[in-house]
Amino acid sequence: MNISKDLVAASATPLVLAILAEGDSYGYAILKRVSELSGGQLTWTDGMLYPVLHRLERQGYVHARWGKSETGRRRKYYRLTRDGRAHLASQQRQWQVVDDTLRGIWRVAAPGLA
Amino acid sequence: MPDGTRRGDLEFQIAQWRAYLRRRQAVRPVDIEELEGHLRDQVAALTDAGLATDEAFLVAVTRMGNLDAISREFAREHSERLWKQLVVTSDARDQADTRHEMWVALGLAAAAGAAIKLPELFGQRMDPNEELPTFYFRNATLFVLPLLTAFFVWKRAMPSATWRWLVLPFLAAAVVANTFPFPAAPAGAIGESDTLALMVLHLPIALWLAVGVAYAGGRWFEGGGRMDFVRFSGELAIYYVLIATGGGVLMGFTTLMFDAIGTDVSFLVATWILPCGAMGGVIVASWLVEAKQSVVENMAPVLTRVFTPLFAAVLLAFLGTMVVTGSPINIERNVLIAFDLLLVLVVGLVLYAVSARDLETGVTVFDWLQLLLVLSALMVDVVALAAIAMRIGEFGFTPNRVAALGENILLLVNLGWTAWLYLRALRRQGGFEAIEQWQTAYLPVYSLWAALVVAVFPPLFNFA
Repeated sequence: MNISKDLVAASATPLVLAILAEGDSYGYAILKRVSELSGGQLTWTDGMLYPVLHRLERQGYVHARWGKSETGRRRKYYRLTRDGRAHLASQQRQWQVVDDTLRGIWRVAAPGLA
Repeated sequence: MPDGTRRGDLEFQIAQWRAYLRRRQAVRPVDIEELEGHLRDQVAALTDAGLATDEAFLVAVTRMGNLDAISREFAREHSERLWKQLVVTSDARDQADTRHEMWVALGLAAAAGAAIKLPELFGQRMDPNEELPTFYFRNATLFVLPLLTAFFVWKRAMPSATWRWLVLPFLAAAVVANTFPFPAAPAGAIGESDTLALMVLHLPIALWLAVGVAYAGGRWFEGGGRMDFVRFSGELAIYYVLIATGGGVLMGFTTLMFDAIGTDVSFLVATWILPCGAMGGVIVASWLVEAKQSVVENMAPVLTRVFTPLFAAVLLAFLGTMVVTGSPINIERNVLIAFDLLLVLVVGLVLYAVSARDLETGVTVFDWLQLLLVLSALMVDVVALAAIAMRIGEFGFTPNRVAALGENILLLVNLGWTAWLYLRALRRQGGFEAIEQWQTAYLPVYSLWAALVVAVFPPLFNFA
């Protein structure tokens, strides 16, 4: 299924923050996790993840540091900050409202899908 | 195919891809390194799943996405690099615009020069052998700041519905500056009335807000617009000092050379070249800051680096000396002004360093030095405040003391919260961006306080 660009963009922030809440990670692993979680349904253009990560870093939600990969190459790891955790909680509440609202209307307007 | 060649092929392909990416100005080497790591992880995973290396490379590159789109995203996120993206595509039309702008700036600079000479027609004589009429002090800001504001209104193409409001503060300033009945000092000495001196000092700070609104051109309520204005103010100061130094050297030579052929031009220099140059220089420097941005943009971070440790050392030495000798601060207007300027400079240094900070580098020694600078400034501020408060408790309120008290409290709040945010950022509990946000949100506070000193203090203290 092709998920619209706007929806992908909107869900990127909470998704990345939530994945980092599971533990420190790096770009490639984050994308792999997204693919796992969505059963392969939600796919991003790989390169687009990095501007998102850099924005989150600028906003102080994640902290980046260079570490080493298993093969010894330099790799940038990201960690959720305290502000990031708070922002994730607020995003979660917002998405909950959207989700609840949509569920309500699906049940009435398109019962077959609910 | 032997494995070695395959690896070699892959390396070659990755190198080509990297070179292709490097041509995009918005994506920096560290970003490329991060993206390359991703590409390699992807290729490794795909070859493990059974794909041939070149197939894996193709798939990985495709998944990475269109490089133009990615670099656009990078440019949008790192907007400070955006201009590099834009500069590459600039064309002849831009050059014509730049030349047009130069003529407008030079025209306004000439107008500012004329504005300071105009009052002479109405009997406000400028004579190096006599005291300057207070008229010039009262209106010092009004000769050039309205023109500077006009320059930005023109440059940002502000709608008249917006810029019409900007006329008000200047109008109000002109009325207040010229109608307040300050005691007529016998020799035109400005020191006769403290509230007059305070007004002259605070008017530029109050009106600088109006310049800022014009500069931001509708982006005033975004943090970015105000931050740009702070940057502009600092760079303008640097440019202006450079131009003023050059002008001083030029005037020195002029006097000397004409003196050599027996013609005394010092009168001309003092009453024409100096005042007109000082006024026009503000406009020219403002235009240069924008037009030749990269010059000062490269210099300011260097200056910040050089002076941060030096200022921290001076402040600490000052505090140390005071502890050892136990001598209290001498509360005089000029001393207090110097102190406040020093503290504002410290705030400026910190703000500039934070805004020019490279997010990719971790916390460095320099960051701790910055914190040290803020903390020592904070302590100096506390000492000054204590001295002012003691003086007020002992001898009562005077305009100078109240103005100093207000300013030092404003700076105390600013520095204190900055120190706290800095500490949080250094301990990775928050971002450095919070410091910028705090500082830019605080900007109007200074101007509003200055406006209060200009408009309320003189009547409050009976124009003393």
